[in-house]
Amino acid sequence: MSTGSVEVVYRGIFQKTLAKNICRGIVFAAIKEGKIGIAFGRYSDSPERNGIPAKQFAVVSDTEEELQEYLSRYEPDNNDVTMVADDTLCKGVESWAWYGLQPINKLLAKDGTLLVTSTQSANKLIKTIHRKGSPYDLATIKAQASFSGLWVYKDDHTDVRLLGALAKVAPHIVSLDSVLEAIKDQWKDDKKVASAKKAHDETESTSVGAEQGSDAEPFSFDMPGYTKMEEGLVIRGIAAKGDIPGRDGGFVPGRNPTFKKYSTRTMRPVINFSTCTKCTLCWLNCPDTCFDITPDGFYEANMEACCGCGVCEAVCPVKECVTMVNEEAFEDNDSQWELWTKDKDGYSAWLAEKIANPPARSHGFHHIGQYAEEIANESS
Amino acid sequence: MNPPSTALAEKIGGPGSGETEELISGSEAISHVCRLADVDVITAYPIRPYDTVMQYVSQMIANGDFDCEYIVAESEHSQFEIVKHASAVGARVFCGSSGVGWFYAFEALAVTAGLRLPMVAMVGNRALDDPGAFGVEHNDALAVRDLGWMLNWVETAQEALDTALIAYRVAEDPRVFLPCAISCDGAFLTHSQAIVKVPSQEMVDSFLPPYDRGDKQLHPDNPITIAPQANEDWLMEMRRQNDQAARRARGVIIEAYEDFNAKFGRDYEPFLERYMMDDAEVALVGMGTMGMPVKVAVRKMREQGKKVGFVRVRWFRPFPAVELQEALGGMQAVGVIDRDYSFGSSHHSGTLGTEVRSALYPLEKSPKVVTFIAGLGGREVTADNVVETTDMVFDAAEGKLNDQDTYWIGVRE
Ligand code: SF4
Ligand code: SF4
Repeated sequence: MSTGSVEVVYRGIFQKTLAKNICRGIVFAAIKEGKIGIAFGRYSDSPERNGIPAKQFAVVSDTEEELQEYLSRYEPDNNDVTMVADDTLCKGVESWAWYGLQPINKLLAKDGTLLVTSTQSANKLIKTIHRKGSPYDLATIKAQASFSGLWVYKDDHTDVRLLGALAKVAPHIVSLDSVLEAIKDQWKDDKKVASAKKAHDETESTSVGAEQGSDAEPFSFDMPGYTKMEEGLVIRGIAAKGDIPGRDGGFVPGRNPTFKKYSTRTMRPVINFSTCTKCTLCWLNCPDTCFDITPDGFYEANMEACCGCGVCEAVCPVKECVTMVNEEAFEDNDSQWELWTKDKDGYSAWLAEKIANPPARSHGFHHIGQYAEEIANESS
Repeated sequence: MNPPSTALAEKIGGPGSGETEELISGSEAISHVCRLADVDVITAYPIRPYDTVMQYVSQMIANGDFDCEYIVAESEHSQFEIVKHASAVGARVFCGSSGVGWFYAFEALAVTAGLRLPMVAMVGNRALDDPGAFGVEHNDALAVRDLGWMLNWVETAQEALDTALIAYRVAEDPRVFLPCAISCDGAFLTHSQAIVKVPSQEMVDSFLPPYDRGDKQLHPDNPITIAPQANEDWLMEMRRQNDQAARRARGVIIEAYEDFNAKFGRDYEPFLERYMMDDAEVALVGMGTMGMPVKVAVRKMREQGKKVGFVRVRWFRPFPAVELQEALGGMQAVGVIDRDYSFGSSHHSGTLGTEVRSALYPLEKSPKVVTFIAGLGGREVTADNVVETTDMVFDAAEGKLNDQDTYWIGVRE
């Protein structure tokens, strides 16, 4: 009796089909070896939104009974392999509920393999990944975060490359032969078979020591018990600092202290307050009600609440007033508006630097035909 | 080239029995039933996790694998009104919802059974908002338990498919003519893919006759009026007719399972699943995917010599009181684990707990019944939780635990 399980961590919506194809591929390959398997997705913020980390799992086994154990779980916690379909998730993710940051290697078994699609070096990645406390291997597939499987994007073979690499790092789950056979069956495309084989041959693992990695403490929330929680789903307002024009005192709405969404973020909006027309559209449309109204009537995205979905960027009518920037460019959740208020020139310089290199693919829908343009740009 | 998009394209070789094996979720299994039962009218309105069924049905239609009137309504209320009327004209219908969406359709839900309009619905069980939680609780589907709806809970995608086929046959049987809801636990079943045997059209056709309302069909050739204003004097008789239909449903369900088992080579017991009950002294009772951790735990406890078994209630309406009396009558104690709540109810238990206790009460030597609430809002019920629960049931058997109270498992104090 043996069981193998694979966790696929991906960026919500954009990579959902990609993750599903990978997990299904694993099960189909296992069937080739006479095993049985299941594939399941777990959702938290749902419907999955742009950029929100999400997970799918594939479990293969010899018996139904072993699988039962996995089907009753949200998250199997001893996975042979954790695949990361977007390297910005290496900093850790919210998993299925809002329990704070879960290190990306948390559910990986001792001596398991973290398999990441990334153009970064293993050494650089290790720096952003939390220290695990037990050794594991890190392998990378050289690739940008893929949107393959999203119907508007072309297939870049990331799914089969990861399947090929899986056969290299965990042949006890699925062998290369059965992976290739399953790909042939499922996609009926020899090029995809070849890509899987190539990825298999090229995949190298680096050992990561128990103490290697970031020593940042992953934040967690206090989860109060029923005897301590305030009754009636009440969140207390916060006394205003006394600086709201035309108002003496008063309150601003409080935010749920145990429901911060920022750890899901792979991008964040930066706002150009100098060009903002105070049109309120971002404030109205943000699905998470992230925008605080500032004393001078601007709208500021609260970085503790923002999940990075990009809706504000898409709805803002002013050119380049809201820009989504890769989360890696930031160290903290500090208020952009406060920075701007204190030092307008400093803020402009900061802003210019942040938006200088926009990611190839942003989250938001900016205009009709945007995706077609992006694909055209990439292939030219 | 795009990866294969439909389940139909993903056949992985059937056993040669007219069935194909496919890797599909509980929601996708239900969508296959829509296709195989050749449902005429389907209405949709999105809500998680029910929306996954819509997704698969619309994909089948888009791919040309299935043809039906697929109507996206502007709310759940309209969604259920539309299928209710379609059922009256003799169309086979499918519909569904989750959580508060199901509640928004309540007016339509309530009258469907009274008008004796059969329909099959899928409830992707979900907690009721607020707060906007997406995990499973059974209170959504349970809310219609008193209204003439037949209700069942399934554990696997295979059981979802098989039960939905059986549901059509029972609901549309002229002796019954009642709506039936298949409850599928959100996430654990709606979003989990396993290998499922999908029967051929011929197999389904041999089991499921066409829907025929006979002279109750609303049609120009059969000029009738349904649901005119009727005064109070009619109502009690109408309810009594409803009651008779609900009683007759029992026999029709048993008949349907017999035929289904014979034609599909399965061995379902109609109302219950019994797990390691043969020499059990203590039994757990639950519904839906709760069966997964419970079975894992029962196996572990059996290894330690604890004589515990599990009874999974498949049909909640009609409620299998007779079967439960027979299955549980000899137990020293019974522990009922509810994934729902019924605040202020007797002994503060969930709904299943109340029903089981009441079913066992008339027995000459009725076992002690101790009730639990677990897994609300989709909280994971682990095998260890179940072991802890079972130990309490053993304690109750020995009189060491108050069996007049309800115990919450896995709640933060
Ligand atoms: S602030 Fe913008 S990116 Fe953040 S959650 Fe709101 S709309 Fe999405
Ligand atoms: S949408 Fe743009 S212009 Fe309008 S208030 Fe928000 S940031 Fe300012």
